[in-house]
Amino acid sequence: MKKIRYSTLAFLGLALVFASCNDAGKSSNGALSSSAAEKVYVAPGEQDEYYAFLSGGYSGNLTVYGLPSGRMFKEIPVFSQFPTSGYGYSEETKPMLNTSFGFIPWDDLHHPDISQTNGELDGRWVFVNGNNTPRIARVSLSTFETEEIIEVPNSAGNHSSSFITENTEYVVAGTRFSVPVPQRDMPINEYKGNFKGALSFISVAPEDGRMNLEFQVLMPGFNYDLSHPGRGKSHGWFFFSTYNTEEANSLLEVMASQNDKDFIAAVNWQKIEEYVKNGGGTKMPANYAHNVYDEESHTGISTMKKEVITVDPTMVPGSIYFLPTPKSPHGCDVNPTGEYIIGSGKLSADITVHSFDKMLAAIEGEKFDGEAYGIPVLNFEEVLAGTVKSGGLGPLHTEFDGKGNAYTTFFISSEVVKWNVGTWEVVDRKPTYYSVGHLMIPGGNSRKPFGKYVVAMNKITKDRYLPTGPEMEHSAQIYDISGEKMELLYDFPTHGEPHYAAGCPAELLKPNSKKIYRLDENKHKYATLGPNDARVEREGNEVHIYMSTIRSHFTPDNIEGVKVGDKVYFHITNQEQDFDVPHGFSIIGQNTSEILVMPGQTKTSVWEPKRVGVWPFYCTDFCSALHQEMQGYVRVSPTNSNIELSWSVGE
Amino acid sequence: MKKASILMILGPLFLLGLYFLPLWNIMLGAPQYPEPLGMNIHINGIRGVSEFDIQNIDGLNHYIGMRTLPKDEDMWEFSAFPIIVGGMVALGVFIGLLGFFKKLNYKWFWGWFILMSVLGALGMYDFNAWMVDYGTNLDPNAIMKLTNLDGTPISYKPPLLGHVKMLNFDVTSMPASGAWFMFVGMTLIFIAGYLGWKNSKSAPFLDTAE
Repeated sequence: MKKIRYSTLAFLGLALVFASCNDAGKSSNGALSSSAAEKVYVAPGEQDEYYAFLSGGYSGNLTVYGLPSGRMFKEIPVFSQFPTSGYGYSEETKPMLNTSFGFIPWDDLHHPDISQTNGELDGRWVFVNGNNTPRIARVSLSTFETEEIIEVPNSAGNHSSSFITENTEYVVAGTRFSVPVPQRDMPINEYKGNFKGALSFISVAPEDGRMNLEFQVLMPGFNYDLSHPGRGKSHGWFFFSTYNTEEANSLLEVMASQNDKDFIAAVNWQKIEEYVKNGGGTKMPANYAHNVYDEESHTGISTMKKEVITVDPTMVPGSIYFLPTPKSPHGCDVNPTGEYIIGSGKLSADITVHSFDKMLAAIEGEKFDGEAYGIPVLNFEEVLAGTVKSGGLGPLHTEFDGKGNAYTTFFISSEVVKWNVGTWEVVDRKPTYYSVGHLMIPGGNSRKPFGKYVVAMNKITKDRYLPTGPEMEHSAQIYDISGEKMELLYDFPTHGEPHYAAGCPAELLKPNSKKIYRLDENKHKYATLGPNDARVEREGNEVHIYMSTIRSHFTPDNIEGVKVGDKVYFHITNQEQDFDVPHGFSIIGQNTSEILVMPGQTKTSVWEPKRVGVWPFYCTDFCSALHQEMQGYVRVSPTNSNIELSWSVGE
Repeated sequence: MKKASILMILGPLFLLGLYFLPLWNIMLGAPQYPEPLGMNIHINGIRGVSEFDIQNIDGLNHYIGMRTLPKDEDMWEFSAFPIIVGGMVALGVFIGLLGFFKKLNYKWFWGWFILMSVLGALGMYDFNAWMVDYGTNLDPNAIMKLTNLDGTPISYKPPLLGHVKMLNFDVTSMPASGAWFMFVGMTLIFIAGYLGWKNSKSAPFLDTAE
């Protein structure tokens, strides 16, 4: 039992006072700031050293940044409609946002994780999770586009996700909100003992990255907050932090803060995998969407899956243990060697570090302190490697520099604390502006971190930039961590709300980044593979326009014979095979967004003309010197007219 | 004369490089093309330096009303040149072999060299004439009709050799690897002729006895 409430609030107030004193005492001098400027300055025409993929949070998208400059290069639409490219509006990408609840135009995108081989970043894909309507997405790192989204059934608040095992065997998704499994009509206050927390293991095919939900472990109804894979010697295990082991169903801020210790669940997924391979588990009816975008057909297809294998953990003895961890742990991070599991009790001043070796020994020696729902609880002292007496308050997340140091964010005291892995001593601390959530060192959650910079992603911006009214972008800070002491280099705004990020050396991705899609590989059903192929076809009240674009005209650009009540599909194929020459398309009165069509790509935009007239369309991307001339007309006649379908260009 | 003949046999073989290496190269760089577009002129046709360069050069050229670059079958040169080069290689090697077996003297080496030089000059003339035609014979309905200060239409003829600034493009035209192979071969043959000549002067009566 712990007594926080008002005494904690008082403590918070005190901590804030101290933090701001710190801040004032360490204002930088001129010489220092000029060397900081040199470190983040990437001269015109030069390129950054690292890619950083920042979660967009409630924007539903993933943003791509360069480090150390903090420049944003791209916003990759994943879970949200994105009029900039037409993602989620074009006929090809609408299926990507399909779920068992129908089309959902938005989600809350959380934790990016780059694919790994042997525990090192391999730069093939980045995985992200949708928190609200549980989904996992895979983004290609050659096209920087969303290629696949799989819905996660029996889950809610898909938060301890989308972390991958060290050979990208699985991308793992845990539920933050436990729910009835299967969903049913029942009183909310019967939560305790009845709700379940599903931990989902989604396999990733090594050749093409295709995901498949292999099994779900149905855990006690706690909140599974964050997770990370074991690596090196702890490969084969996965660690999930939990809170609300009280199993409260209301006013969680108080009710779920009563137990002094919650758990980190250590899951031996290899053991469960074997159990399932040998026919274990229960096949449960389910209904979830699996959406795959094919690069050659430029088309997404959504299929509904109807079954999932669930595993009752008590049926696989030795597969799961609980490691008691103080103060509602949030972050659950594993160091590069795989020996230490760091639990950040978010209501605590201290960071708890568990030892993997000690955990194995405790299991061997049966050092249990009882059990929870049939799952053994290991003795806290037996698994504890050390405690970092941080002097801060509210630890959240930890990353590693590969040189034996860890860096933990403290939300409440608004700082990053550097500490030694092994001695548990604090080495350095620097304030953040303000209230840092996640932090990221490129490769910082792999066997091989690139410990040159750390990026702190803050939740509160206040006065860091020119004010923009009540709503502001969040703020990030980049620190040089190459020396003993961290050095604050730069502030930059981030888009949406970053919940974690993943970074890697630029050279890992740069050579594989696609410049164009090859027209001769375009297998879109409605592709126009040359202007001579351009045509218009009618099927009942559907009109299919096979249209090609090249600087600076559409073929065809005059179309007649369309009638009010028709559904007109503009299938646009960009004939360009030149880097960075997209063409756009939109037509007046269209109840959707424009589309941007990349070289060699085909995209489809729908228009349902409602009024008789001659209606112009145009290219929305300033493609060339004659961009303004890139336009055309569609003549729309009354429903009962008998104007023949005809089309032309240059006549 | 033996040495000279061996050079005379080897020299023409360097021309075989023209079957797989480009003879000439024209690069077009511009602010928007930090990686310049380029075309390689081979004896049997024009190829892009990068896969889609020809298509992209044609795409740009349509603004100024230039015809699309010729396909292999569009120009007689691209079927004639491989035959001419092949013939010259065979002839050169044949002359060299006869020289080696002392059936003819060094003057034949000069003869081959002069013939090849004349053919080369004619080839360059033809190439230049083609570029003049392409660069000046433009579609009267071109999108962009640009004129010099004196009102005459701008010529878009690339230089035969060297660099010229053409609107936003830097155009550079240089012999390519195939040509350099050819120059090496020609030099060898020149040396063969020289050695043969020196040989005949210093020991005119020993020539056949060497």
